[in-house]
Amino acid sequence: MSIDLETAARVAKLARIRVSDDALPELAAEFNTILGFIEQLGEVDVEGVEPMTSVTPMRLKRREDVVTDGHQQDKVLANAPDAREGFFAVPKVVE
Amino acid sequence: MLDLTYAPPKPKVIAGAKHDWELVIGMEVHAQVASRAKLFSGASTQFGAEPNSNVSFVDAAMPGMLPVINDFCVEQAVRTGLGLKAQINLWSAFDRKNYFYPDLPQGYQISQLYHPLVGEGEILVDMEPGIARKVRIERIHMEQDAGKSIHDMDPNMSFVDLNRTGVALMEIVSRPDIRGPEEAAAYVTKLRQILRYLGTCDGNMQNGNLRADVNISVCRPGDYEKYMESQDFSHLGTRCEIKNMNSMRFIQQAIEHEARRQIAILEGGGEVVQETRLYDPDKGETRSMRSKEEAHDYRYFPDPDLLPLTIEQAWVDEIEANLPELPDEKKARFIRDYGVTEYDASVLTADLDLAAYFEDSVGAGDGKKTANWVINEVLGRANKAEVTAREIATPQANAEILAMVANDEISTKIAKDVLEIHIETGRAPAEIVETEGMKQVTDTGAIEAAVDQIIADNPAQVEKAKVNPKLAGWFVGQVMKATGGKANPKAVNEIVQARLEL
Repeated sequence: MSIDLETAARVAKLARIRVSDDALPELAAEFNTILGFIEQLGEVDVEGVEPMTSVTPMRLKRREDVVTDGHQQDKVLANAPDAREGFFAVPKVVE
Repeated sequence: MLDLTYAPPKPKVIAGAKHDWELVIGMEVHAQVASRAKLFSGASTQFGAEPNSNVSFVDAAMPGMLPVINDFCVEQAVRTGLGLKAQINLWSAFDRKNYFYPDLPQGYQISQLYHPLVGEGEILVDMEPGIARKVRIERIHMEQDAGKSIHDMDPNMSFVDLNRTGVALMEIVSRPDIRGPEEAAAYVTKLRQILRYLGTCDGNMQNGNLRADVNISVCRPGDYEKYMESQDFSHLGTRCEIKNMNSMRFIQQAIEHEARRQIAILEGGGEVVQETRLYDPDKGETRSMRSKEEAHDYRYFPDPDLLPLTIEQAWVDEIEANLPELPDEKKARFIRDYGVTEYDASVLTADLDLAAYFEDSVGAGDGKKTANWVINEVLGRANKAEVTAREIATPQANAEILAMVANDEISTKIAKDVLEIHIETGRAPAEIVETEGMKQVTDTGAIEAAVDQIIADNPAQVEKAKVNPKLAGWFVGQVMKATGGKANPKAVNEIVQARLEL
């Protein structure tokens, strides 16, 4: 699989990262290098091998159903470029 | 399992300009898990709180924050799966569904695309007595809810509240087994009923607690049967998805409009484009959600912050052993043990509290009579006042009143009066009957006197009655009136017959 300029531009847009047109060829080339490496990994026969999710066997950590957090509206909104009446205020998004 | 036999409902047929069409509908219902804390954080799930107050740094997606799963939410999803007779997967995993939206601070939703917690199950959707549709469930997976955007507070800005962000949802996905708008609404109703019985979702559609995405396609009669036989989707039409509906009425209207839109396209020689649409109830139409087009590239991948979710069979067995009696079973038991009709059983089991209310009202009395009483008298009055049955009359009062009727202490007509007084004042029925002198007169001497009086006062009627014995009913009515409805109607009838020598 080869990534062309159009695909590179689309991936950048989906990730909301601005990439100027003259930087696209290099980005596409980097994608292709990464995908080439992945393709190489694909040559390894892993038939019947369970994917490893942690180095030592571990169980997913759980929490009890107890309210332990929240009530920090000021902190949650502290970094917002704009906040009004307890809400984040963002440029209008309408369906 | 409901041990009643049933036949499937007829699919809805829409007559096009050229020929007939049938509908094929699949649903994805998002049900909010009833829990205190969110799926991956310790913030509260409480509805209606001050904006952004039920938000942890995990929910706000602050850098470095990690999700830790709420064990009870998993338990609730497993319970739901068991309630839908579904396969429980002891190994499941979480994936990231990537998209950008202001109310999704992470930039992705944690969901389960590849390995859902719950697999195939089924729901029996009752349409009317003897008619039901078995709808297959494809899967149930767990995911996070997004926040809420408010667009009407400012002309240039949208306001975002993250209180709902990260609340646990169960996405319940059906197979395309639903064949009409009424069935779709009945499916959601039945699903909600089961969830409420299980206590796994409040099912409050107005609060967005239960939302449905509806997939609709149309096909020619006969095509659906071919699909069912082969499970080959090429026999079905191209589907469109209508997003985010939170009312039974809108679901039905949207399906109707969308089906007609597709039929018009197809009959005009066009092709239906697979897309996401939105229903506009004001205009009575569905329209394309263009913003969703690029968002459809979700770039799913396994969430590296979360290990796979492994659960133990013993734990699942324990949850299963403690499942409550479900609607189908309760309905079957009511029919079997109380001798009520299937229709009455459906009404009485519609919600858990009403079912308990009915059973408490039966007490040692007759099930069928109690059912009639609760449905016709109590529910009739409660619905009119827009309150629950329990709010107007206690089950004990019902049991007491019906016991007095059974013992011939009061007539059924007086029983209704007693109920009215109980509703108004909350007084105990036995005391009402005693204090208000409403006891049925079974003393034949008193009834005889009343009958004699009426006969003496109405010689002309007596003559007529001798020619036309049906007129005896008039005398019975007069006696009942004279005794304030308290005379035993059977005794009155006998005495009238005897006195008139009929």
